[in-house]
Amino acid sequence: MSLATGAGTHAEPHGHGHDAHGPGTGAHGSFRSYMTGFVLSVILTAIPFWLVMSDVLGNAVHTTLIIMAFAVVQIVVHMIYFLHMNTKSEGGWTILALIFTLTLVVITLTGSIWVMYHLNNNMMPASPHDLMHHKP
Amino acid sequence: MFSNPDLQKLVFGRLSLEDIPYHEPILQVTFAMVALGGLVVLGAITYYRFWGPLWRDWLTSVDHKKIGVMYIVLAFVMLLRGFADALMMRAQQAVAFGANEGYLPPHHYDQIFTAHGVIMIFFVAMPFVTGLMNYVVPLQIGARDVAFPFLNNFSFWMTVSGAMTVMASLFVGEFARTGWLAYPPLSGADMSPGVGVDYYIWALQIAGIGTLLSGINLIATIVKMRAPGMTMMKLPIFVWTSLCTNVLITAAFPILTAVLALLSMDRYVGTHFFTNDLGGNPMMYFNLIWIWGHPEVYILILPAFGIFSEVTSTFSGKRLFGYASMVYATVVITILSYLVWLHHFFTMGSGADVNSFFGITTMIISIPTGAKIFNWLFTMYRGRIRFELPMMWTVSFMVTFTIGGMTGVLLAVPPADFVLHNSLFLIAHFHNVIIGGVLFGMFAGVTYWFPKAFGFKLDPFWGKMSFWFWTVGFYFAFMPLYVLGLMGVTRRANHFDDPSLQIWFVVAAFGAVLILLGILSMIVQFVVSIRNREALRDLTGDPWNGRTLEWSTASPPPDYNFAFTPVIHDLDAWSDMKKRGYARPVEGYRAIHMPKNTATGVILGVVSIGFSFAMIWYIWWLAAATFATMFLVTVIHTFNYNRDFYIPAADVVRAEGQRTSVMAGRA
Repeated sequence: MSLATGAGTHAEPHGHGHDAHGPGTGAHGSFRSYMTGFVLSVILTAIPFWLVMSDVLGNAVHTTLIIMAFAVVQIVVHMIYFLHMNTKSEGGWTILALIFTLTLVVITLTGSIWVMYHLNNNMMPASPHDLMHHKP
Repeated sequence: MFSNPDLQKLVFGRLSLEDIPYHEPILQVTFAMVALGGLVVLGAITYYRFWGPLWRDWLTSVDHKKIGVMYIVLAFVMLLRGFADALMMRAQQAVAFGANEGYLPPHHYDQIFTAHGVIMIFFVAMPFVTGLMNYVVPLQIGARDVAFPFLNNFSFWMTVSGAMTVMASLFVGEFARTGWLAYPPLSGADMSPGVGVDYYIWALQIAGIGTLLSGINLIATIVKMRAPGMTMMKLPIFVWTSLCTNVLITAAFPILTAVLALLSMDRYVGTHFFTNDLGGNPMMYFNLIWIWGHPEVYILILPAFGIFSEVTSTFSGKRLFGYASMVYATVVITILSYLVWLHHFFTMGSGADVNSFFGITTMIISIPTGAKIFNWLFTMYRGRIRFELPMMWTVSFMVTFTIGGMTGVLLAVPPADFVLHNSLFLIAHFHNVIIGGVLFGMFAGVTYWFPKAFGFKLDPFWGKMSFWFWTVGFYFAFMPLYVLGLMGVTRRANHFDDPSLQIWFVVAAFGAVLILLGILSMIVQFVVSIRNREALRDLTGDPWNGRTLEWSTASPPPDYNFAFTPVIHDLDAWSDMKKRGYARPVEGYRAIHMPKNTATGVILGVVSIGFSFAMIWYIWWLAAATFATMFLVTVIHTFNYNRDFYIPAADVVRAEGQRTSVMAGRA
């Protein structure tokens, strides 16, 4: 961003006296916030590991769901502590991009699951056994 | 070659002399023509001592204007290749009836229709769109370059290297025989064991990197580098549509990359994502690739809508009717384009709930699109319309695209789609919107901004010839396909039994010949314009009485675009400045900070061709070597701190002084 063509210095055509970060760049974290993020990520990774390795719950479906929940929390931790995202950074563009991304991810995932589930339901059953179990 | 087959395999992978199709007469002729043409071009470059300037000013340039022009040159070159394929298909279908098998055997015909689709979408339409956005967006927002100038150069070379990979398949091995989206199981290792699908995969993966990065680059440019005072609702409409297109690119292209990566794993390492057994499901490929594929349609058409908006407003001498509604329509299309993908496979077997949901969303998306058509019509209403060439393309677009849009809504009705799916009706529909929408838009854009890029207008006579041949040719070529589609003729067939169909195919072939004349007229137009450039010269920098910022600077613009960053007070900034009696500042120039050219992009592009070639032919040592080289070049580039320089104030004074005296001489 240190070029005159970069965002921060654009209003200043002679291009003197700018540093590595133009104005408007999102806040950078402190040592403390990075450590908080790091410790949280380690904990959020260790717990699912433990759940799987020592088979604490004894139920694969429950374990999977809990791991998914931890993964979501992990994503949020990364966004806050490592990507320094908040509702105000970059004049709100970051949060707007996040909302857009979430919308598309939700559309893609739910849409695909819905479409493929419907497809399976309508497929010719392979055997009388399947017929009994899969008939809607 | 080698007596030891293991050694040959180690050195050449699965490549052998038999893979060079020197026994095919069509390819011999093609090769001879390409070689001859290449020699002429190389000879001319040498004769005019153009190698130095070519390397310094173009290939290694990070200037968004040069890169934009190179994208458009690539698009025109690939248009010739893609159109040659189209002409061959039309000729085959016009003659292959009854006892006549035609001149293209199925295995060759199948490669041609696949290559035609891939080239026209990825290497004609995409470079056109990216090129125009690259050229115009920074100028329209008053910026000196894009946000990441080197990245821009790198993106361009990735696109070129994808295009070169497709071209290589013509003379070494074969191309895919699967259709342009390479559906499994046909594109899987069992059904397509050759290199064709691998050429397809690697060409698209490499070019996809370029597209994705240039999308990110342009979003950053538009969001961060607008001139002071240019709020979002004062953006020129082309910049708005470019922003939405690049958002779509950034969101959609990773899906394509992921799907193709899964397909490559099925083919290379024996996974079963899209096979019929071991838990795989080919239908998932259809689902995923269309989640990319439908937004892709809007990636192509939105910038064309932007061009038509600029052109209509300029040549009607009026502010665009309903600017805000145009912006909202564009944003709504951006979101909705993610909710319609299943209409590409209504017949796949989902239930009525799913099909009706996607049918309805598809019909809804035609509403914002229709609103745009009315906005253009109302812009023209009571305007002083000048029917110059860009405006002619625009009017032709409005008529043609509306027909294409209506057949699209027909196809959106699931029961109708069950009849028309995979028929020539579909082919006619999407050519109707892509030629009548995207391509006409790009031609309008090229004609409109050509004087900005080169300082002289294009010859109007040959431009009009081209326009009429294209427009009339389009109707001759594709209206018969609607009829044939309604009669139940399916796509991608290379032979027909029913002789009563032949006349329609002959008419379509005649249309293709008219389009050929349109393309030839366009080439003549460029040659004539360059020869008559002094007569067609524009010294004002504003030949069309334009309304947006790009017309406020010289034609061609200086490297730094604007000596002073303009301050924006109103929509249609340049029109506003002219109205308020804006006087060009003639002194107080300072040195300008600019990015430096670099060869890294070219090097990475060339090496990546080697990499994809090695992966396609299983030449593992070469793949490892080229990959390591790319990695190394990238790392070395990060240590290059010598990336910027100042254009001295004296140079700026000289360039701007020259413009001042030219403008004074004219007045």
